[in-house]
Amino acid sequence: MISMIQFSDVLAWIHQLLSSCMAPWLVFLIELVVASVAAVVALLVCVIIMVYMERKVAGHMQLRHGPNRVGWHGVCQLFADIIKLLLKECFTPTRADKLLFVVAPVLSLCVSLLALAPISWGPGLVLWNTNIGVLFVTAISSMGVIGILMAGWSSNNKYALMGAMRSGAQIVSYELSAGLSIVAIVALAGTLNTGGIIESQANGWWILKGHLPAFFAFIIYIIASTAECNRAPFDLAEAESELTAGYHTEYSGMQFGIFYLNEYINMGVVSMVASTLFLGGWQPFYLPFDFGWAHAFNDIMALKFMETWPAWISWVSLAWPLVWFFGKLFLIIFFMMWFRWTFPRLRIDQLLKLEWKYLLPLSIVNLVIIALIVVLGLHF
Amino acid sequence: MENPIVTPSELKTEEFVVNIGPQHPATHGVLRVEATLDGEIIKDVLPHLGYIHRGIEKMTESLGYKQSIFLTSRMDYLSAHINNHVCALAIEKAAQIEVPARAKAIRIIMDELQRLTSHELWWGSCAMDIGAVTPFFLAFRDRERILELFEQNTGNRLTMSYIIPGGVMNDVRPDFVPKLKALIKSIKEYRKEYDQLITGNFIFQHRTQGIGILSKEQAISLGCTGPTARASGLSCDIRKLYPYDGYEKLDFKEVIDYGCDNWARYVVRMEEMNQSIHIIEQLLDNLPTGDYRTKLKGVLKLPAGEYYQRVESARGELGVYIVSDGGAKPYRMKFRTPCYSNLGAVKPISVGMKIADLMANMATIDLVIPDMDR
Repeated sequence: MISMIQFSDVLAWIHQLLSSCMAPWLVFLIELVVASVAAVVALLVCVIIMVYMERKVAGHMQLRHGPNRVGWHGVCQLFADIIKLLLKECFTPTRADKLLFVVAPVLSLCVSLLALAPISWGPGLVLWNTNIGVLFVTAISSMGVIGILMAGWSSNNKYALMGAMRSGAQIVSYELSAGLSIVAIVALAGTLNTGGIIESQANGWWILKGHLPAFFAFIIYIIASTAECNRAPFDLAEAESELTAGYHTEYSGMQFGIFYLNEYINMGVVSMVASTLFLGGWQPFYLPFDFGWAHAFNDIMALKFMETWPAWISWVSLAWPLVWFFGKLFLIIFFMMWFRWTFPRLRIDQLLKLEWKYLLPLSIVNLVIIALIVVLGLHF
Repeated sequence: MENPIVTPSELKTEEFVVNIGPQHPATHGVLRVEATLDGEIIKDVLPHLGYIHRGIEKMTESLGYKQSIFLTSRMDYLSAHINNHVCALAIEKAAQIEVPARAKAIRIIMDELQRLTSHELWWGSCAMDIGAVTPFFLAFRDRERILELFEQNTGNRLTMSYIIPGGVMNDVRPDFVPKLKALIKSIKEYRKEYDQLITGNFIFQHRTQGIGILSKEQAISLGCTGPTARASGLSCDIRKLYPYDGYEKLDFKEVIDYGCDNWARYVVRMEEMNQSIHIIEQLLDNLPTGDYRTKLKGVLKLPAGEYYQRVESARGELGVYIVSDGGAKPYRMKFRTPCYSNLGAVKPISVGMKIADLMANMATIDLVIPDMDR
């Protein structure tokens, strides 16, 4: 891998280039803005793909084709919808709390985007390489409920208020088991840094290396994070057949669009965290064995054959970790979509019962077992 | 703080009223349910009717007996054949018209197909009220094929007005039987998907079992009929109790469940679909030949008197009460529709439950709003 070009090399080269002609504070400012915008744009592109994917997945699961009129196979449908949302009036109800009503969607969008900071997209490709990475994500993602509560409260609508209250109870409960499953992997990896966690999976993903407890942690995390994103079967905050549209009943135009966008950003962040923790992030799939064809397989996965190629072609290998990262991301997202279009919705008491009576005790026991595995050194 | 201990009575929350409907995804029409809620818990339910009242009963008084058939299709739009059937039966009983055997068989086949379409649509919308969207599309796929058969043979998909006094409007097409046989075969295949997707679903079972208990006594006192009452252990299948048009010669079971809850109502309807298929299969192989209609006079006059006829609609007992003064138009035509009586069950089974259960209860009672309002 020595001769291969890495993201960190590219970034270091850009940093050097800028430093040679600018003051350090200006370099910092430019890098900050460019990197943030790049991350947000990358995520928005993901969201666009996710929304299109959701419609297509839903369509094909429901004996339909999904969008197929605007553009090739309906790829432009989303852009048409965005234009429609932008042109619509953002209506504020007369007796709503106007300030909170306007702030709520913006706040929830900010919160979801903040959680993006410590995500490691590729080797060395991380916006904020901090030692509390995963902790930061959990802390930020539990703040998302504030935006929803604000929206529900300020709308002056009973449906919205009920949806917001449900969402509050739900997110506060489910972040416990989500957090505990994250802690399980942190215990295995021995670091909170997202890059560090991914590096620790170089010889196999935690879902495979950590025996059954890691697999349970993955399942619990997926369930809990689906609930945290307010996705079906845990979409009680929206609950179309009960509360019409839940907490965003009164929102229209792009304000509604932001809530919609927010749901997908949350899904993206949650799936990124899941792939970072359990599926090795941008690491390709390596076989943890030590014999002939397993070596050959691992060499292909590490793109060893590219080392003999001319340097200008090996630029292509930069995309290899990204392919794995986004592949895993969309795999998890596909599962979440599969849940949504298959399961009926839970009732609020069943939802809380599931968390407090089953998932939380299970994840505590799971964490204890993982801690034992780590102490005894039973993992690979 | 002087008194830090808060007693439970001080913690009492304020009750509030939510209008579910007239435009709400869960009411499937223009029903308004005024629900008094304490947080998530339902304290009171008050249904309001009248949003789609069209005065069908009054309109029949200015139409002839034959013409009033066409209005009945618009009452319970999901079981138009059965609505036509009850009206035709009442008129035939009053005017003492003999119906040919072929017409009787076709009527029963159409009734049972109609029951299938209605239950299939109910299955989809019930699952949707409980939060699963996909079943709705599966239900529509299967219902569509039966509606196509209706269209080929009766000329209409929803408001057929096919069963008329004296028989049926026209004979079925020559390829009716083979097409129906193919259809029955595919319906049986599709029924398996229903069970895989919803019946066996853990969440769905937990959302329906033990929810919305309607005791047998309540069902009797509220006048509930159909699958709603049969799920409470009340034997009320008109096809068995007061057979009409040859149901007495057919072999089928009256589906009764003693669970009294939403799950029981679900199971009863699912099993009724099987029974309907069974009935159709018996008639298909020996469909009588001969006339499909008895010729009647242009203007039909019923002898003066009062007549009542009931049939088993997809939702329960559908009755028609005709008062004739001997003229060409009914003096009064009153319909006893199943949804109107079954609606009464919504309150007793929902009070004390969560708001999500109200949707599940209304779904399993299978309300069709134009049937209540007429």
